[in-house]
Amino acid sequence: MKKLKRIFDKITHGVLFTSSMVTSVTVLLVIVFLFKEGIGLFNQTAVENHVVVVVNSANSVHELTSKQVKDIFNQDITNWKEVGGQDLEITTRSIDDLAGQFTEEELGTDMVNLPTLIDQYISDNPGVIAYFPDTYLKKDFRSKKIPLAKISVKEFISGVEWYPTSQPAAVYGAWPLILGTLWVSLGAILLALPIGLITALYMAEVAGQRLRNMLKPVVELLSGIPSVVYGFFGLVVLVPLIQRLFKLDVGETALAGSIILAIMSLPTIITIAEDAIRTTPRALKEASLALGASHWQTMTRVTIPYAKSGIIAAVILGIGRAVGETMAVLMVTGNASVIPHTFLEPVRTIPATIAAELGEAPFGGTHFKALFALGIILFIITFIFNMLVETVKTKKV
Amino acid sequence: MKTKKLKMMALALMLPALINAQSFKIKGSDTVLPLSQAESESYSKKSPGASISVTGGGSGVGLAAIISGTTDIAQSSRKMKMDEKLKMQEAGKAFKEVIIAYDALAVIVNPANPVSQLTREQLEGIFTGKITNWKEVGGADQKIVAYSRETSSGTYEFFKEHVLNKKNFGTNALLMPATGAIVQSVSQTKGAVGYVGLAYLEKNIKALKVSYDKGKTYVAPSVATAMDKSYPVTRPLYYYYLTSIEKTVSPFITYVLSPEGQKIVEQTGYVPLKK
Repeated sequence: MKKLKRIFDKITHGVLFTSSMVTSVTVLLVIVFLFKEGIGLFNQTAVENHVVVVVNSANSVHELTSKQVKDIFNQDITNWKEVGGQDLEITTRSIDDLAGQFTEEELGTDMVNLPTLIDQYISDNPGVIAYFPDTYLKKDFRSKKIPLAKISVKEFISGVEWYPTSQPAAVYGAWPLILGTLWVSLGAILLALPIGLITALYMAEVAGQRLRNMLKPVVELLSGIPSVVYGFFGLVVLVPLIQRLFKLDVGETALAGSIILAIMSLPTIITIAEDAIRTTPRALKEASLALGASHWQTMTRVTIPYAKSGIIAAVILGIGRAVGETMAVLMVTGNASVIPHTFLEPVRTIPATIAAELGEAPFGGTHFKALFALGIILFIITFIFNMLVETVKTKKV
Repeated sequence: MKTKKLKMMALALMLPALINAQSFKIKGSDTVLPLSQAESESYSKKSPGASISVTGGGSGVGLAAIISGTTDIAQSSRKMKMDEKLKMQEAGKAFKEVIIAYDALAVIVNPANPVSQLTREQLEGIFTGKITNWKEVGGADQKIVAYSRETSSGTYEFFKEHVLNKKNFGTNALLMPATGAIVQSVSQTKGAVGYVGLAYLEKNIKALKVSYDKGKTYVAPSVATAMDKSYPVTRPLYYYYLTSIEKTVSPFITYVLSPEGQKIVEQTGYVPLKK
């Protein structure tokens, strides 16, 4: 009998151990995967795999940044002298333009003649810049391949333009997205924290039993609403309201995102903070009251300090929800990748960017990896939040 | 006795799968999605036993799926790109392309906006961020707010290629996750301009006349003008399928192209190939 009990104990121990190990390993694997995919971005150029950018061999330009390539194909740069070349007008050609210049007959079956035709065309036109798949690059190609600078971490973080689908070279500048995320989260925290804590305090300490029994389910109901519903509510109700209230041209603003996020994180903050406050032992409170302290003094000097770690946990979870929330923000913030200066401007957040673009990004391509790199930044932001909270928590009063 | 019953039940369950040779998947563009759903529904009613599953995700997703072999038909609101064709060639797969309908893109503004027509050049200026006030194009002194679809959308790519002349959208353009969101935002924002498929036009928004010949003729978007090709912002909608499974899918595609199938095209708000 005793033996059986021991075996049973061992099995229980084993099960508990494995499940906790599996959880930790899974989390670690996810993080490793995120970093592996994201860091892969930084030894690549912004040009799609197997695509080359080519100019006439007489052209004196030897290297271009991806931003310059984007501006050239955007026709914002129209002369080679603007990028350090000779005074010559730029003609841009995509692979579809190139193929479209020749008849089916000239191209031959399966476009066998295309490489020769492209080579000929570029040699004949000194000002041309073209891009096409490297399979069309002939061995004895007379034109010059332009190497693009590799994407650097600094460029990725401090770049101010986000053009992930620009052809032929994408521009990945995450700075507006990072600021947008921080901006919206900051607004959400500023709104949700005071309201959440006050509500929690009221429900735990002031409100009577009957009122509390009514309030609690209502607050908990808030957390059951899907985020798309919040987003739709934001778009239809909140956005026009903000637009009218502040007399703006656009209602889709960081403020709209912050308010929606604040509403969404309220149930988490209220429920957890209230539970924490209610765990304060009755004896402590009664002792305080017996010493002549008022109800308010007892709340601020005894109850809140006692429940501090629980309140902080509520804050972490609330912030966690705010920083990572996607769908609702995607619908109300306008998603323009501009650097925000006030709360009344459209912003684009990192989660919204990942959600909106991952579906279409070619698997394993630079765009795909750039989105994972954004994921790393998001991870680091939340990590810093958590670290800060941990340090505050361990500082005992 | 019991085992016999079980066997019968198993057979009955397997039967549809055995008879049903016509079972295939359609995946891709969200623009084509409602059309594919309507077509497959009425097709299944006509030929019982056919089971077609239709899913969205975006044109690029559908085309990637046909290359990797996870779908049978890719629905797309844009033509297959060069690098996608190359990938197909690398995978050694031959495919066919069918145009099943047309879709006209309407440029929309708030009904309170006095502007009723724009040229392509003006649209390019507005969406690339060079024109920022309505008074520059003959309207009131009001800031322009440009709404676009997200970069993952085929509609976004088409608009960029044909209206913006391959230039990039300005950074100040607001990118919305769905066409419905654009309609909603344009209807409640005074200085707004956006673009949506013809099927999404309603009374809360105003469609602009568009000119592609520098302002000589302006044409309003409608099924009729899209069909006679006088409305310029029209795009074909495609089905792509592998030549190897042509036998399985061709009855369905023939149905879509038939007068009956094309009637559904019109009912769903798209432009039929011909009347």
